[in-house]
Amino acid sequence: MKNLYKIVIGLLLMPFIAHSQTAIKAEIIYTVSGAAIKNGVVLVKDGKIEKVGSAKEISIPKNYAVVSSKVVTPGFIDARSVVGLSGALNIPTDQDQLEKSSPIQPELRAIDAYNPEEKLVGYVRDFGVTTMHTGHGIGALVSGQTMVVKTKPGKIDEVTLVPMEMLAMTIGSSVEGNFTSPGTKAKQIAMIRSELLKAQAYMQKQNDKDTSKRPAIDLKYEALSKLLKGEVKALITVNSSNDIMNAIRLAKEFKFKLVIDGAAEAYRMIDEIKACKAEVILHSTMARNAGDMVNMTRESAAILTAANIQVSIETGYEGYVPKTHVLLFEAALAVTYGLPYEEGLKSITLNPAKLLGIDKRVGSIEQGKDADLVLFDGDPFEYLTKILKVMIDGQWVSKN
Amino acid sequence: MKFFLFLIIGIFFCINVHAQDKPIAFKGALVYPITSKPIQNGTVIVQNGKIIAVGDASLKIPSDAVITDAKGKVIMPGIVDTHSHLGGPEGGDYSAALNPDARAFDAINPTSDGFKKALAGGLTTLNIMPGSGHLMSGQTVYAKMREAKVMEDLILINEKGLFGGMKMANGTNPMRGTGGFPATRAKSAAMDRDLFNKAREYKIKLEKAGQDSTKIPERDLRLEPLVEVLEGKRVVHFHTHKENDILTAIRIIKEFGFRAVLHHVSEGWKVSNEIAKAGVPCSIIVIESPGGKLEALDYSSTNGAALSNAGVLTGFHTDDGVTDSRLLIRAAAMGVRAGMDKEKALEALTINGAKMLDLSSRIGSLEKGKDADFIILSGDPFSLYTKVEQTWVEGKKRYDITNPADKAFLVGGFKVYSTEREEYMNHEDEIGN
Repeated sequence: MKNLYKIVIGLLLMPFIAHSQTAIKAEIIYTVSGAAIKNGVVLVKDGKIEKVGSAKEISIPKNYAVVSSKVVTPGFIDARSVVGLSGALNIPTDQDQLEKSSPIQPELRAIDAYNPEEKLVGYVRDFGVTTMHTGHGIGALVSGQTMVVKTKPGKIDEVTLVPMEMLAMTIGSSVEGNFTSPGTKAKQIAMIRSELLKAQAYMQKQNDKDTSKRPAIDLKYEALSKLLKGEVKALITVNSSNDIMNAIRLAKEFKFKLVIDGAAEAYRMIDEIKACKAEVILHSTMARNAGDMVNMTRESAAILTAANIQVSIETGYEGYVPKTHVLLFEAALAVTYGLPYEEGLKSITLNPAKLLGIDKRVGSIEQGKDADLVLFDGDPFEYLTKILKVMIDGQWVSKN
Repeated sequence: MKFFLFLIIGIFFCINVHAQDKPIAFKGALVYPITSKPIQNGTVIVQNGKIIAVGDASLKIPSDAVITDAKGKVIMPGIVDTHSHLGGPEGGDYSAALNPDARAFDAINPTSDGFKKALAGGLTTLNIMPGSGHLMSGQTVYAKMREAKVMEDLILINEKGLFGGMKMANGTNPMRGTGGFPATRAKSAAMDRDLFNKAREYKIKLEKAGQDSTKIPERDLRLEPLVEVLEGKRVVHFHTHKENDILTAIRIIKEFGFRAVLHHVSEGWKVSNEIAKAGVPCSIIVIESPGGKLEALDYSSTNGAALSNAGVLTGFHTDDGVTDSRLLIRAAAMGVRAGMDKEKALEALTINGAKMLDLSSRIGSLEKGKDADFIILSGDPFSLYTKVEQTWVEGKKRYDITNPADKAFLVGGFKVYSTEREEYMNHEDEIGN
């Protein structure tokens, strides 16, 4: 009787097991890590990429479901978003990306706020975003933590790739509107430095051999300690040249790993950025040229890439309409402003994967990596091309 | 002596005019006249700010014409943006919910660098409107992207003798609930109707008075433009998103019998047949994602397809700074991506907008006698890789991508745009974080 039960379950699961083995044929496969493959095949087994190569070299096993398309790319990785914390409704109950009770709150965890069922998560997934660096937003000196998720449907623990990725920070005019203090740029920097000094002192006391002298657990300084120990990077949103330099100065003084986010005027700060080995996440190409971003150029991605600064493009944060950008369209536009085609693909796949430290799992179509794929009926960047299907961990997830 | 001076000035003037008088012929392009079939290897000839001929390769070119080779290019009419906030149109100041007397004309900066942005996107005519924070935020301006020093240089007088419409809004934006503003939808409609009833009475008084100066009522700056609305001369541009608000707008339009264009119309796809039946045109926006405000939650990029298929006169707009003037052609491409017919999408960028502004006898298509407003594209209008190479307004080249000073406004860069961006201030209550 017990065995019969098992057999019935097994039979019921059969179609799903069969589906986890898929062969995708395409006229062009952009592996991103290597050269594009013409007339290629990707074999997917148990959620991973089993094999990728030309159709001549790979024979498709009989029990694999076969799907054809013109173009296949890796699933896209949004280098910085607030989707899942910031919802489409844009009313207080679905805006959890910015806590305005205090300007420095590194203890705020993204995992406590992310909503995998948010409408916009499904929306960006249908546009090929399979992995997303999301979390606390811009507008506070330290707004909180960020995380990395897969955009597939599921409970938070099932979709989380990295629970604490970076500390989200902002230096710029947007901070001053959100708090009574800081009210000036000098005060912004003074407040950050002051807290980092306290964190250094906290760390020292934590190492005291006499355990009775160690301070009580302080969530704020625990989080800042992770930054100072180099366990997480600082994701500092800075756009003007002055603010980019402010971020660089802080990173030098406190020896933390710096990711310059937004970076509207990074094109003017190439030497400085290279000298401090900061990484760059670039604002959406369609961002509004106003406020701290008034001097942005749509050629930034091209200029930085030509200067050997690896660029990851983000959708970032939007306060009104539209509530989020579409990552694919932002990279596409960057390509029309001089970013080489394959670099455009890299800016939303392998580059962010490396920046986020998840490139062993995602970011390119390589044997052993997660089967996160996007299928197109033509040039992925072209306006009139359609996305046919999206796969995450070997499962088709798009509504198509 | 004086006579000689005039003579010299006169001669100089004649020479000058004659120098500009030479026809310019663009040969070899794929020409989209819009109101007629596309012409392969087509020719467009302009002179004195007007189109003097459009045809195929056999078109006779005047012997004195300056000939420009446009082989491999696409030529189409200049884009008409039926809803823009460039230049800082302001409008109502929140002291009242209804401000028919406020004129964007008095607020717009005619030298705004925003207009350079519009030219970089191929836009040649804009309907510049006050915002949507009032039930009625004021009179709009139909502007041609000419070189301008004063507002008189920009305005474009239409077939009704006016250079603007009237901006109205319903839904949540004007529902502020304080300072004389409505807090509910029913109150919003009641306040609109109340004002239109007053305008109706005023109109009747004017008509009864005729030429009798003793009976003519005192001038009323608030009611005068609404009389123009009731007479069908001044078009109402009605901001509306949700299905119920769209139908409310139509109800008011019908009750008072005025002419209107619905703007944004996020849920237009739900009531496309009702809109078509009412015969009200729609000027729609294309946004990157739904939401950002409750009313836009059910926004769909299929709007263009749904409305145009239902027979609604449909146009695209930027709502700049909500979307970017440099990307309005892209917006139409996104409409096509979501199922809109290509030909209808081209009409929606040009002639349909011209019709909505009562300007289709002057702009919106490439036809003999119309204003020489056209753009030269590097290729298919709906391709990502296509660029607007030149924008011509009334026979003058206003934008050339090969000119670095012009291209800067396309690309951006250090100190290209002024830090005083009036157009964003207009929407700050909506865009602000």
